[in-house]
Amino acid sequence: MTVLLNEKTPVIVQGFTGKIGTFHAEEMMEYGTNLVGGVTPGKGGKEHLGKPVFNTVKEAVSEVGAEASIIFVPGAFAADSIMEAADAGIKYCVAITDGIPAQDMMTVKRYMYRYKKEDRMVLTGPNCAGTISPGKAMLGIMPGHIYMQGDVGVVGRSGTLGYEAASQMKTLGIGITTSVGIGGDPINGSSHRDILEHFENDPDTKAVMMIGEIGGPQEAEAAEYFKNHMTKPLVAYIAGLTAPKGRRMGHAGAIVSGAGESAAEKVTLLEEAGVVVAPNPSDLGITMEKVLTAL
Amino acid sequence: MDIHEYQAKELLAKFGVSIAPGGLAYSPEQAVYRAKEIGGSKWVVKAQIHSGARGKAGGIKICSTEDEVLQASADLLGKTLVTHQTGPQGKVVHRLYIEEGTAIKKELYIALVLDRVKQRIAIIASTEGGMEIEEVAEKNPQAIIRTEIEPQVGLTDFQAREIAFSLGLEPTLIAQAVKTLQGAYRSFRELDATMVEINPLVITEDGHIRALDAKMGFDDNAMFRRPHIQELRDKSQEDPRETAASDYGLSYVGLDGDIGCMINGAGLAMASLDMIKHKGGEPANFLDIGGGASPERVAHAFQLVLADAGVRAMLVNIFAGINRCDWIAEGIVQAFKQLEVKVPLVVRLSGTNVEQGQKIINESGLPIITAHTLEEAAEKAVAARNQAVGA
Repeated sequence: MTVLLNEKTPVIVQGFTGKIGTFHAEEMMEYGTNLVGGVTPGKGGKEHLGKPVFNTVKEAVSEVGAEASIIFVPGAFAADSIMEAADAGIKYCVAITDGIPAQDMMTVKRYMYRYKKEDRMVLTGPNCAGTISPGKAMLGIMPGHIYMQGDVGVVGRSGTLGYEAASQMKTLGIGITTSVGIGGDPINGSSHRDILEHFENDPDTKAVMMIGEIGGPQEAEAAEYFKNHMTKPLVAYIAGLTAPKGRRMGHAGAIVSGAGESAAEKVTLLEEAGVVVAPNPSDLGITMEKVLTAL
Repeated sequence: MDIHEYQAKELLAKFGVSIAPGGLAYSPEQAVYRAKEIGGSKWVVKAQIHSGARGKAGGIKICSTEDEVLQASADLLGKTLVTHQTGPQGKVVHRLYIEEGTAIKKELYIALVLDRVKQRIAIIASTEGGMEIEEVAEKNPQAIIRTEIEPQVGLTDFQAREIAFSLGLEPTLIAQAVKTLQGAYRSFRELDATMVEINPLVITEDGHIRALDAKMGFDDNAMFRRPHIQELRDKSQEDPRETAASDYGLSYVGLDGDIGCMINGAGLAMASLDMIKHKGGEPANFLDIGGGASPERVAHAFQLVLADAGVRAMLVNIFAGINRCDWIAEGIVQAFKQLEVKVPLVVRLSGTNVEQGQKIINESGLPIITAHTLEEAAEKAVAARNQAVGA
């Protein structure tokens, strides 16, 4: 099994007919994703890449039964597209877009609370590489070939560092159930903790790797969740040991602005909770191998 | 994006926050003119740099005569101030703010920040005005009052009153305090701020509430809809390398070491810096070239890294997803030739089209050191650096 996404999930692309949407829609279809159409307001009724284009997400849900969506809409308009997906009954949405204003995300999060938890859309991102269930489906912009199918769940804030982890594991013959990017923004759809819960409940995921970084409270929350609720082993790495305080390291959310936000403090918290922390980023695969061998 | 104290005060004043009469000066003569304009017999000459803790660094001078204003201004203009927030290189004073002296009865602290746990705007207030909030949090945490604001409703008057009473204000001052808090909140919300800090917020001897110092930061992602805020950007206060980087759509942070870095993706970039440190080296910079990097962008990135004269070796680490290793490799080869790179260069490519990329590097005939893994790349970069400095 996988979490959030499998080979049957009917997927639409929001921002379908644009250059970026088109490029990645083709890549996702080639990987085997069940792409059933897309949304570009004003281009409804047309066909693009052999799939129907709709004016609204609601139409895509009722016409082709869309359940998941991926957003390539520019930052200024992306928050609106996320809310449209949530309102139309999409179950899982990946927002790839980088550059959404933080206060727009605040509004999105508040908007989503209108729905009861069981009806509420799961959002991952924004500012992420997306989600992949290797060998089954890809809802993202990652190079699919570096991921091997298997039984480790991966959750991380960074795209390319996630690729690094996947490729180190593949080299050692370790595969992945699903890899979820939660993005580098200060306010995002799902936290590390939220995704850990999905993996904990997935019978086919045997162990989980979490790739965190400086800034924000999410790794501390994950440590707490692991300690109190997780039965599966968790391997973690925190990027940014060398980052100076108060400087934004690329990601809008990667900034040490208060206590508990530095890499060293997060590592201590995780280790105290019993999480196995990889000492450096070239040991992600090998640390997971050791943990799996011990199972 | 950060702005100056005087700009923050002008913005806050538009939202009903009370400030002292004051004016901007670019020369000592203009400073005296401002003092005359303001009137009275006590003025404060304040250096405008993007940093707090300016008082301790000698950037704020209290004057009782026009001669003193002239002298203080002449001393400050052109001076480099070093605070613990500016880093050792400091920041140069090009602008002064001349303000009416305020007779202070009590100093308070208020700030608005984006609370990442609650995913809301939070107000932080304290009776320990004038002190840095981190220091208060450490020494006297119970002096800090914290309130979160429901975004769909906004700051309610009762919440503002609660904060004011918790700060121990006299009943006669509550209405003024509510107005100040409401103004600060509205400025945060309506201008896409990421931080508003009024420290100190003072109660004057004659019973008024006044913002004596103010600091505002803004969300870069939202500046497309706040052109009048973007106009307030002062590039003289930024690291010129970071300014140049942002002009090319690159993300650069200067550090203290001597191994220059060029990486794609913020997480991988931080991890690569960690790896250099793990192998005994010190990174000279953080540089994320982002996705879809063209040869031109790679060339700009090289220029940026090598503009730092302290760089003794350079590491390129690319894990291509949207990027393609062959394009990156072409960019590296072009940049290497154009810029006549003198320092040893270690390149690690991985991901999409890696074989073609490696082939381009190998067949270029250039003295580029290649590596297959992140560990090998960091090791080779540190070794090359040590050899270059003869360590």
